[in-house]
Amino acid sequence: MSMDSAEDIKKHVTVYIMVFVALMVLTVITVSVASLSLAIPLAFALALVIATVKGSLVASCFMHLVSEKSPIYWTLMLTAVFFVALMFLPLLTMLDGIAR
Amino acid sequence: MIGIQYAFTALLFMSLGFTLMIIMRWQLAFPGQPIPYIGGWFGDANAPGGIMLPEFYNQLGAMHGTIMVFLGVVPLAVGGFGNYVVPLQIGAPDMAFPRLNMASYWVYFLGGVVMLVSFFVPGGAANSGWTAYVPLAVIATQGQTWWLFGMACLITSSLLGAINFIVTIVQLRAPGLTWMRLPIFVWAQLVTAFLLLLAFPPLEAAAFLQLMDRLAGTSFFLSSGLVVSGQVLEVSGGGSALLWQHLFWFLGHPEVYVLILPAMGTVAEILANNTRKPLWGYRAMVYSMIFLGFMSFIVWAHHMWLTGMGTSISTFFQTTTMIISIPSVVILSALAVSLYGGSIRFTTPMLFALAFLPMFGIGGLTGLPLGLAASDIHLHDTLYVVGHFHYVVAPGTIFALFAGIYHWYPKVTGRKMNDLLGKIHFWGSLIFMNGIFWPMLIQGLAGMNRRMYDGGIGYQHVQDVLHWNNLMSFSAWGLALFQVFFIINFFRSIRNGEKTNDNPWKATTLEWQTPTPPPHGNFLSPPEVHRGPYEYSVPGAVTDFTPQGQRSQPGE
Amino acid sequence: MEIPYTVDTRADTGLNNVKLGIWLFLASEVMLFGGLFSSYVLLRVGAEPGTWPQGAEILSVPLATFNTVVLISSSMTMVMAWASLKLRDLFKYRLYMGATVALALIFLIVKVFEYADKFSHQLYPSESTFLGIYFLITGLHGLHIVGGVVVNSYFLLPGVKMWHTAPERFTNRIEAAGLYWHFVDLVWIFLFPVLYLL
Repeated sequence: MSMDSAEDIKKHVTVYIMVFVALMVLTVITVSVASLSLAIPLAFALALVIATVKGSLVASCFMHLVSEKSPIYWTLMLTAVFFVALMFLPLLTMLDGIAR
Repeated sequence: MIGIQYAFTALLFMSLGFTLMIIMRWQLAFPGQPIPYIGGWFGDANAPGGIMLPEFYNQLGAMHGTIMVFLGVVPLAVGGFGNYVVPLQIGAPDMAFPRLNMASYWVYFLGGVVMLVSFFVPGGAANSGWTAYVPLAVIATQGQTWWLFGMACLITSSLLGAINFIVTIVQLRAPGLTWMRLPIFVWAQLVTAFLLLLAFPPLEAAAFLQLMDRLAGTSFFLSSGLVVSGQVLEVSGGGSALLWQHLFWFLGHPEVYVLILPAMGTVAEILANNTRKPLWGYRAMVYSMIFLGFMSFIVWAHHMWLTGMGTSISTFFQTTTMIISIPSVVILSALAVSLYGGSIRFTTPMLFALAFLPMFGIGGLTGLPLGLAASDIHLHDTLYVVGHFHYVVAPGTIFALFAGIYHWYPKVTGRKMNDLLGKIHFWGSLIFMNGIFWPMLIQGLAGMNRRMYDGGIGYQHVQDVLHWNNLMSFSAWGLALFQVFFIINFFRSIRNGEKTNDNPWKATTLEWQTPTPPPHGNFLSPPEVHRGPYEYSVPGAVTDFTPQGQRSQPGE
Repeated sequence: MEIPYTVDTRADTGLNNVKLGIWLFLASEVMLFGGLFSSYVLLRVGAEPGTWPQGAEILSVPLATFNTVVLISSSMTMVMAWASLKLRDLFKYRLYMGATVALALIFLIVKVFEYADKFSHQLYPSESTFLGIYFLITGLHGLHIVGGVVVNSYFLLPGVKMWHTAPERFTNRIEAAGLYWHFVDLVWIFLFPVLYLL
């Protein structure tokens, strides 16, 4: 990153501005979709998909993840796996309960 | 020298945690009897007339666990040994972020102070077990709030330390030190650091949730309609007690691998050194450690078999639990096979390292019936569980840590600890450790519950095994006695120990290729690595060990 | 021996120490907020049907939408601050970093207003589990914003001295601070729909 020339940075700046606009648009979409009063599971799924798109834009462009090195990728992949485990496994223990 | 600070503080806390247990064992062997000599020290709130109250027993139990795990073993193994040995073994001038390291020590220290102060607040220290299960912990006395703040400090300290370790190991390895030339000790610390980094935060989240329940009147962990002392609790309800268990054990399971991995790493170093041959199965051990670390995140519900989860998810966790035993067995076997064909030197560190193998073996094997839900129905919450985990941590990890202290003492001080005192310490500790924990397994199999302040006398089904309490308590006091040899040895040898050169054990790893004690910047000139970590008895070499940083031997 | 790779990148990893360090820290923060999100999921799924309110019933969607725009904008100005340093434009850096801090303060003020409004209607964390988790997650997030404001203000005012003595090291630190700041924004991007809209 320290070797970037002025042209490279200017290209990055163009990307930043485009991403910013995209994020604003997606925010509007997020709020509009919410007012549609969809069924809860569908609403959840849609909200999370849009949030994930927004998050990916922030991560890949603002945080430069697209051009990051492999130790970072591996750490984040690992973190993602454990995050998913933490999200879903406790839920699965509840849904599959003996009492149900 | 942050490593030394951590080690000293950790050893102090371990002594304290050990003392708490010593007091507990009086109550278990002689329930209702006044504690001799020191009974009057605890005050009427804890032990009127010197007779321990159940509330005090619970405090001792909860704090013994908390102090040993979070203030003793991990800070010693990771904060102490890790900070001191890892930079030296990778040829680095220091840890990557020295000031962050200092911060992490002082936050640990603060956490320790908070935990200690909690003994003196009204109601005493935390008394809901080291596991702080809700809803009991939510309605418990003030000490539990102190515990939560203390834990928040300790977790933060660990996180900062973990970042330091990973960056140091990844970035600061000396030229020529490729991944597959790393000493096993460094690999163990790397995996451990990842476990601390990714597993602790959910417990921090849980600590915040419990603090809010205790202080802000929320009910994250309180279900609706809870009745306490005959009154319905005035909270909004709707919470889940199981939520705490999930968040706690999400850390709790990786935590036990944090307890064992540095120990395995230490044993590996000492075995290679004292057999004068390379470790067998280096790659297998490395891959096993990595796999173990990964799997440790998806087994946690085996601490929750009796919470009513369904059979499908239970099967999933049983499967992952059985799978995770494989890398442990691989590592233990590799260490054991490494002995074959070696010229064994029975130095004091070697004795402790050798004893680790069968002791950890017993610990691991006794875990198997706990990892299977069906057998756990009988064993859950009995002393069998307590016996199992103490076997892995006490004659397991702590023996490895003793081995490490005897082994690296000359590096820190330039003197060896006294060998005769060391051997007396070893044999006494080995015998009495087994005297405490083997009968505990027997009691557990008979169905004796854990955390019972009266030693089980109230229960019909355990009457036949009650008598073991006496042997166990006397073994505990015997164990305490033999630690005196260690303490005397430790302090005397600073001045009077046999002086040594920089490499008294004739070891190959980089920490022995630097002056004693290591100067600022650790090495006199930047080291370069030319070979693997355990080049002992290389055919054709002049000496029976070839240091990692050495270019070539005459005759090679 | 000096500690290597504090500014230069190490050849085989392609990273400097600060970059790796901050990403590791962010990984742990993912797990921290993950623990809280997981708690939200468990509590909501476990709640009696009909007892868990829709976010919009209790919380102000317009205020939160405004805050979302504010925070995303501050993310934008933060990365522009870093880019300005790469282009060696100290004036632009100061402008953008100042804007980032200002936007963050606006976010916090709106948050304080939101909380005060809740409290004035007796809507405390103890009132319901939904409110409890709402206050805890947004509160912890808010504390992270405060932390970011402190760090960024330091780099805006006294810390800027390092630009004149060690510009590359300073730029790297701003990049690290930026990564932290984008992460805080990222958490909010998920927080906003989950708490306010669903």
